[in-house]
Parts: sequence; structure tokens; C-alpha cells
Amino acid sequence: MAPGAGGWHSGGPIPAVLPPMRIAVLTDLHANREATEAVLAAVARLAPDRIVLLGDIVGYGPDPVFAVEATERLVADGALCVLGNHDEATVQGPDGMTPHAHDAILWTRRQLSPAHLAFLSRLPLTAELPDLLLAHASAATPAKWPYLRHEKAARDCLAATAAPLVICGHTHAPAIYYALPGREPMRFTPLPQVAAPLSAIRRHVVVVGAVGQPRDGNPAACFALLDTDRSEVTMVRVPYDTQETARKIAAAGLPDWLGLRLQVGR
Amino acid sequence: METPRIGSVIDGFTLTERLPSGGMATLWRASHPDHAVPLVMKIPILDPGADVSTIVGYETEVMVHKRLSGPHVPAFAGAGDLAALPYIAMAFIAGERLAETMHKAPLPIAEVVRIGGAIAIALADLHRQKVVHLDLKPENVVMRPDGAVLLDFGLSRHAELPDLLGEESSAPMGTAAYLAPEQVLGDRSDPASDIFALGCLLYQMATREEPFGRPATLPGMKRRLYHAPRPPRALRPDLPAWLEEIILRCLEVDRSRRYAEAAKVAFDLRHPDQVVVARQRKPAAPPSLGQRLLARFQKREESEVLGPSTCARREAGPAIVLAAVDLSGAHDELAQAILAETRRLLDAREDSWLACLTILRTELLRDDQGLDAQGRSAYIGRLVALKDWARPLHLREDRVSYHVIEAVSAADAILGYAEHNDIDHIVLGARGSSAVRRHLGSVSTKVVAEARCSVSVVRIKGGATS
Repeated sequence: MAPGAGGWHSGGPIPAVLPPMRIAVLTDLHANREATEAVLAAVARLAPDRIVLLGDIVGYGPDPVFAVEATERLVADGALCVLGNHDEATVQGPDGMTPHAHDAILWTRRQLSPAHLAFLSRLPLTAELPDLLLAHASAATPAKWPYLRHEKAARDCLAATAAPLVICGHTHAPAIYYALPGREPMRFTPLPQVAAPLSAIRRHVVVVGAVGQPRDGNPAACFALLDTDRSEVTMVRVPYDTQETARKIAAAGLPDWLGLRLQVGR
Repeated sequence: METPRIGSVIDGFTLTERLPSGGMATLWRASHPDHAVPLVMKIPILDPGADVSTIVGYETEVMVHKRLSGPHVPAFAGAGDLAALPYIAMAFIAGERLAETMHKAPLPIAEVVRIGGAIAIALADLHRQKVVHLDLKPENVVMRPDGAVLLDFGLSRHAELPDLLGEESSAPMGTAAYLAPEQVLGDRSDPASDIFALGCLLYQMATREEPFGRPATLPGMKRRLYHAPRPPRALRPDLPAWLEEIILRCLEVDRSRRYAEAAKVAFDLRHPDQVVVARQRKPAAPPSLGQRLLARFQKREESEVLGPSTCARREAGPAIVLAAVDLSGAHDELAQAILAETRRLLDAREDSWLACLTILRTELLRDDQGLDAQGRSAYIGRLVALKDWARPLHLREDRVSYHVIEAVSAADAILGYAEHNDIDHIVLGARGSSAVRRHLGSVSTKVVAEARCSVSVVRIKGGATS
């Protein structure tokens, strides 16, 4: 639903409600096997009803084959997955990326088989569940991969869809934007492991932190658990062996900084 | 939604009686088969033209209240879907409403202390749950025999959740008479704001006057940043100096001088003899013309006078440390080790505060209430020893208190004291094992097992077993 101004009071149509569901949201795996395995173990313990992945399965990290194949298995088991800019660049060739990302994409392309690339090339830009839109970067111009880092970008994102809830990744830093009709959305940084409420009178953009390359100063892998029954979303943090991933990055001849940043979460 | 009336059933709640209420909501007694206790349901009045802050306030109230528990808030029973049928249901709190009691102000000193102490304990519990009330006023306090209950979390702030209300407006929210100066400037994050409001309530209970009146304009509310209220003893000469001291420390504009912990307010109200009356308090006189002109030309940031938020202090370390030390022997290595550990804990937080406790063991509880001469002498002797033990800490007199407690069981006395005084951290010693201790269990074992706060047990490394 997209409430009009003042549309929260009685008399309006009763909004369609998500079936009660717990959804684990994973994004920006970035070919980081150690982080992905740690997150998947945590997800298994939480036993969600559904898993969704928001793209950037590969790029930066040393284990692209593992990441693609793990994603393929999840999708085969019913997970939804959308395309990220690094996935697109791996298929089409890097264009306009930062030097480190560019180098990593060229390396990644050499690791993957045609079947892996075909899987990535088939990923959609967006996906939907009832009352929920999934995109890697934003619902607004998703193919241009805008960074949803501030209130205006969140407003543009919500303006591009009627869905009450948009979930994306791409920035590698968790955030929730709370929007009332006709107002600038409000940005909130959810705390690790603390359930943040979603409101029945608001629309929300939830930006999920990265599994494979967190950049919010906390090196622990991040994923989100959305509980539609309780109307809450929790950023779950999972520590993993960043040194091992950094070692593999160095061994693969990828830029050193890509390993260093995992250890500081920047 | 249909207009609610007696007999209406909303999500299983049956409305049984309409209660008087303000213009923002209707209030109902209600019952629900899943809840044994009587309930009250609050249904916000949301006209199509209603200001958005009304609905955001209700949204905030539900968000905060459903996360609160314990004896000092009404138990949350349910809330309606905001987009369809907004309401909030909670336990009905029967008791003495402070708004009624306040009509009888000035109250007897003992009443001021009883009610103020109960509110301070309730606030400490709320702050422990990471919530600042931000609208503490007589209408939102109900006194029950077992303590105070705080109502209405519509302006509250949870430290770990989005401040949806604060984002709506930077204008001060709350009741002008009780707003802390930092709230006037739009800061909604400091638990010390509730302590300021508690100071206003204590002032009003003691003198009948509201310390800052009820200004309707922002400049009127900002006066409290620069103009101290009249000292309560100017309005009520029989008010004890220690109580005035507590009230004025709650009302400090500079938060580095205000109480940071409601538990400490409660403690001071219970232990008047431990309150150190400031020798020199700022004069209540308004700033001179010269000072005002200077301030204008210097264009000082208004927030400068507020001092730093108390949040950093609150997180730095335990506020109230209890050191329990056995001074029955002569010079004691263990007592020195307890002192060193106590010093480390106190150093973590500049405004932390130490209660020193030693137990005077009695074999049996005496029948007579008074101490005989021999007992009196033992008591004084132990008190002198306790002060001597703590002397190397060089604590200002307002950071330390000394307690000699007569008890049969040292562990029970320590636990009772910690519970009653909301202690954050206990330090005590453990001696080496002995056949008797193994048989009877040691004091430290019992305290560790039963304390409801952190406990440090100090032991001499490699100490001989006796």
C-alpha cells in the first residue's frame, strides 16, 4: 500500500498484510567463503521461512566459485536472488569501476565457468514478495546502481515503487529509513542484534549490511532477519576468520587492501 | 472504526467503563480473557486533520511501552494496528495519583522523601531498561504501597530504537513546568532529564510552587538555562538543608553537576546524614546587566551551559560500588587487596560513589533496641577502622559513605544492603579454604550466588590455606 497524505486514519482501505514470515536477507557476499559459511550456519540456527539474496555474490573476494555455487544451491531450495553490480560486471566486463574492483572483476571472470556466468546473467534486477520489493541498490533506477546512503536517496527509492517495504544492500552499511507520507524519510542506524521496529503507518527502506565486506567499522559479517509477524528487522552480526580470507586474497594476487579492509570493516 | 462504547469488543478486549481523559484519547476500563488483571485501554483520537505528531506520539508509546517490564510500569497487554485500529491496552494501576496528592502540597517532609524516593527507584528501573521517560509529571505517577508506577510513554525515548518523535520536530516536547534545560534545546537522549523533572516534583511537593512556572513560549522556557529557581528553603524555612541540597542537585543546569543516577537520588533521600551540603552554591540572583551583555557579545552556544550528556558517565563504570571488608583482625593483607580492587573500579568513573560496609557479628539478635555501652564502643571502633581503611582512596566526602551493620549472617547483610540501595557492583574478599568454611559455605560464595549485580571476589594469590 502507498498511503496518501493523512492516510493512516480509519476509513482507508485495510492494507494488504504480509503473511507472517521470517525472512533472512543476505547481500554482498563478495566471494568471501569464510563469511558466507559463518552466516549460513547462523541462518540455519534461526531456521527462517525464506532466504533472499540481494546480489554482489562475487567481486573483491577470493572464492567466487564457492559463492556462486552456494547461491545456486540456495536458489534451488527456494531462495530469491537479485543481480548486483559486481555480478553484472563479471558477466559483461568491468566498466567505470574503481581500480581495485576492476582488477578483482577481471580476476573473477577467469575463475568462473560459462555455467557460473550464465547463472549470474539470469539474475533479475529486482524481485518481489507480498508488500516487499528486493533490489541490490535501490528501487529507483536499479540498473544504475545508486548508493542509498542518505534520506534523499531513500525518498527516490520509495517514490519508484508502491511497495511499503524495500530491502536493498550495496552500501555495505546497515541503515533503516522510516518514511511518513509527504515527509523526508528519517535515517536510523540499527544496532547489532537489536530488533528494530517497523511501523504500520510508515513505509521503510531497509539497507542490509554486507556478508562479505562490511564497511561500517564492524568487521563481523552482517545479514538481516525480517520478522513480518512482529514487524521487526534485526541486523545479525557474525564474526568470522577475516585473516584467513585476507590470506587467500593475497595468495590469489588480488590487491592487498581488499584483505586489509576485511579486518577493520571499512 | 466504530465509535467505541461500553460493551464494544476490540481484538478480544471488552470495554467496561469510560474513564475521564484529556482531549488526545479516550480511556476505558477493559477486560480480556487472557489477562487476569483489570485493564485500561487508551484509544487515541485521530481526526483526519490531526497533527501528525499525535499519531507519532502514539506510535512511540506503543514501541517503548511494549518493551518495558517490571513493577514500575503498567504491564503492557496489547496494541492495535496503527493503520487500522489504534489502541494501547495495559494493566490498570490503582493507587494514589500524585496529581491528587500534589493539591495538598506543601507536604510533610517525610511524605516528600517517601514519594520522591519511590519515583527515583522507578526511574532507575526505567533507565536500566534504556528508556528515558521525558514527560515525568504528577499526572504520570501513581503511588502504590510497594512503590511508584510511571505512566504514559508517549514522549519517551529508547536508546536503541529510532527516535521517531524527535525527528518530527526539534521544538521542546513535554510539560513546560518539568522540562529539563537540555529538553528545551531539543536533546531527548539523557536520562538525567528525568532527574531534573524529579527535582521539579520534589520542589513542588516541598513548597507547593513549580520552580520554573509554566512558560508558554520558547524564550520563557529557556529562562531556566540561566536563572536558578528560588532556593526551596526561601519558600519553606523548615525544609532541611540536606533536602534542599538534593533538590538543587537534581535541578542543576550543568549536567556534570547534576545527579547522573536516579538510584543515587533514592540513596541520598534515605540517608540524609550522608548528604554533603555544598558550602557554596551559585547565587540565585539573576546575571547582572554586564554579564548579560557580555554573554550576548560572546554569543556563547546555549548548549554550553548544559555540560556534557551524562550518558558517557553512565557507561564508564559502576555508579555505586559496595566494598564489604572484614576488619575484625589486625593489619590484613586481604583488606588491602580489596582496597586496591575497589580503587580500580572507582577510577573507571569520576562520579562513582562508594559505600564501605563492615559487619559487626552478633551471635543473637538482642531484644533491646539500643546498643549497650560495650556494643556502642565496638561499633565506634569499627567505624573508625572502616574510615581508616578507605582513607588511602582520598575520596571527597560526597563520594563515600560508611556503614557498620550488626548481623548474624554477613552474607545476608551484604545482600540486603546491596538490594536495598541498588548497588551496581560488590567487592569482597575470600579467605583461603578451611574445614569450617567448607562445611558452612563462605560469605563470598553466598554473595556471588545470590547477588543481583556484579561481584568481584578478591583473594590473595597463593595465600596459605588455614
